[in-house]
Amino acid sequence: MTSPQAPAVELAGVAKTYRSGTTAVRGLDLTVHEGEFFSLLGPSGCGKTTTLRLIAGFEEPTAGEVRLHGTRVTGVPAHRRDVNTVFQSYALFPHLSVFENVAFGLRRRRVPRGEIAARVGAMLETVELTGLERRRPRELSGGQQQRVALARALVNRPRALLLDEPLGALDLRLRQAMQVSLKRIQREVGLTFVYVTHDQGEALTMSDRIAVLNDGRIEQVGTPREVYERPATRFAASFVGTSNLLAGEVAEVAAGRAVVVHGADGRIEVPVRGAVARGRRLELAVRPEKISLGRARPGGGLCGVRGTVTEVVYLGTATNYNVTTSAGADVVVFRQNAASADEVAARGDEVWLSWEPDHSYALETAR
Amino acid sequence: MPFSRRLAPYLLVLPGGLWLAVFFVVPVAMMASLSLQTGNLIDGFRQTFHWQNYTDGLGTYGDTFVRSLWYGLLATILCIALAYPAAYWIAFRAGRRKSSYLLLLLIPYFVSFVLRTVAWKLVLTDNGPVLGPLRDHGIVPSDFHVLDTTTAVVAGLTYTYLPFMVLPVYVALERLDPRLIEAAHDLHADRTAAFARVVLPLSLPGVFAGVVMTFVPASADYVNAEILGGPRNTMIGNVIQAQYFDDGAYPVASALSFTLMAILLAGIFLYARALGTRGILDTPTP
Repeated sequence: MTSPQAPAVELAGVAKTYRSGTTAVRGLDLTVHEGEFFSLLGPSGCGKTTTLRLIAGFEEPTAGEVRLHGTRVTGVPAHRRDVNTVFQSYALFPHLSVFENVAFGLRRRRVPRGEIAARVGAMLETVELTGLERRRPRELSGGQQQRVALARALVNRPRALLLDEPLGALDLRLRQAMQVSLKRIQREVGLTFVYVTHDQGEALTMSDRIAVLNDGRIEQVGTPREVYERPATRFAASFVGTSNLLAGEVAEVAAGRAVVVHGADGRIEVPVRGAVARGRRLELAVRPEKISLGRARPGGGLCGVRGTVTEVVYLGTATNYNVTTSAGADVVVFRQNAASADEVAARGDEVWLSWEPDHSYALETAR
Repeated sequence: MPFSRRLAPYLLVLPGGLWLAVFFVVPVAMMASLSLQTGNLIDGFRQTFHWQNYTDGLGTYGDTFVRSLWYGLLATILCIALAYPAAYWIAFRAGRRKSSYLLLLLIPYFVSFVLRTVAWKLVLTDNGPVLGPLRDHGIVPSDFHVLDTTTAVVAGLTYTYLPFMVLPVYVALERLDPRLIEAAHDLHADRTAAFARVVLPLSLPGVFAGVVMTFVPASADYVNAEILGGPRNTMIGNVIQAQYFDDGAYPVASALSFTLMAILLAGIFLYARALGTRGILDTPTP
């Protein structure tokens, strides 16, 4: 039996440099737990797809090793690895029917005929494609093709399912619907999902944990809440959600908090780990929805920065205020139009921005 | 303008249509008429609807027809055996040098095929540069021939029509999305299974096109049998050629031509039916 925290997929010091000399992955250490929905999130070219291909066995790492359930699989060909992939382009076999596409893996593993029919039938029911068994892939809509790709992988009951931007080709509405059903299927079958995406919204909605990748390295690993609320690096802060980046000199450090002076009269408290030298320049970030707008300087231990409203953007459910601080930083403030849609400030107004010290987070500069 | 727009397709098809009408439809119609005439070169020919031209032709040269189709079939099978691995290698393993290798394969075909076949004859003749030394050193018996044998004719046919097999097979393989092969491996197919279940079925339309483009001209060929073959290797093309140019028996030659055409058309039709239109129309799309 495997405990919930048993490692399903492990990468230890995995690096991949192609023969052309480009390095896609630079020394990844990563553990995906059994039954976890784990996302690899990053921009294109960050190495997330290469990482997935290394796990699937389509590529071999130039250094380090890949383990599946504790067994080293580096050097094991893809067809003997107990993982299956949902490809970005689906890669459905155009000459085979839906049924034969889904049955492909079972036939290769010489599963008895009767069992194949039963398992394929049940799987097509799970992905709501019953009745389309005899169709060819080209006779299906994009969403249906996507579900065939999913069924074709899932029916093999892999130890881990690898998904390479599986929803990328779908339109927004369908994508949102599929996000929900993917998550449902993952919970129902209790399977480990390794999910590659560049869409931070998708990663936040579906994942148990997220690894933020940039330039072949891991920037941060954590739950969606951790990654969003406490981005570890400048990259993570800007790639996941919107972050307002502010900088200033450290004036004092006490009880795990640094006080940073921003501009002439801005005062920002920020939690810090370890020792931070006074006088050092510190970069920090705060999310747009954490900031309040006011006319007076905030009191009660709140962070406060003065600025001028440069733009007011009405979004329907909310209003965005663009503010330039007295130190010249551009800040976005997101304000729900919950009580009233009245604007609390107009363009050109002098305002005070305030937020709880716990909502500002120091960024690790230059890793 | 709506008028010229409606006219445009017809105008575009006009040059090609005229070409076909003048140089294909008219000659074929003339030949059809000729095949039902009687007479000779000196007294002239008359339209007598003499269907016996057909029955006589088939009766006299039945075995030649069979031999032609047999040679054509052998050459086609050999072409598949040679062309498929070459096309596969170029499509999947040649990387950026694909076009260079394809060109290398096709360069011999820039030389006139009669000249190439004559060159074969020079090389393979009984006392030529290959057989001469082999015979002298007793490696092959002194009565060993290459020329004037079925082997020589079929080898010549294979060589002549090889590109017509390589190119369509190459195109089919080249269009195959390599991610499908990855998907096959991902779904637990080893290399053999991935080839048999994915690559081969998806390249069959190319093989089908290659078979048509090889079998039809190879069965009707007369140059290879003429130059490389002997009296026992006569193909129907040689008979037609002799009837036309040596004997002036235009009606019989025309009747034989039409018989060959009918046999080949029927063969292709049955072949297409057996393979099913799906096999022809189902080409891999990314």
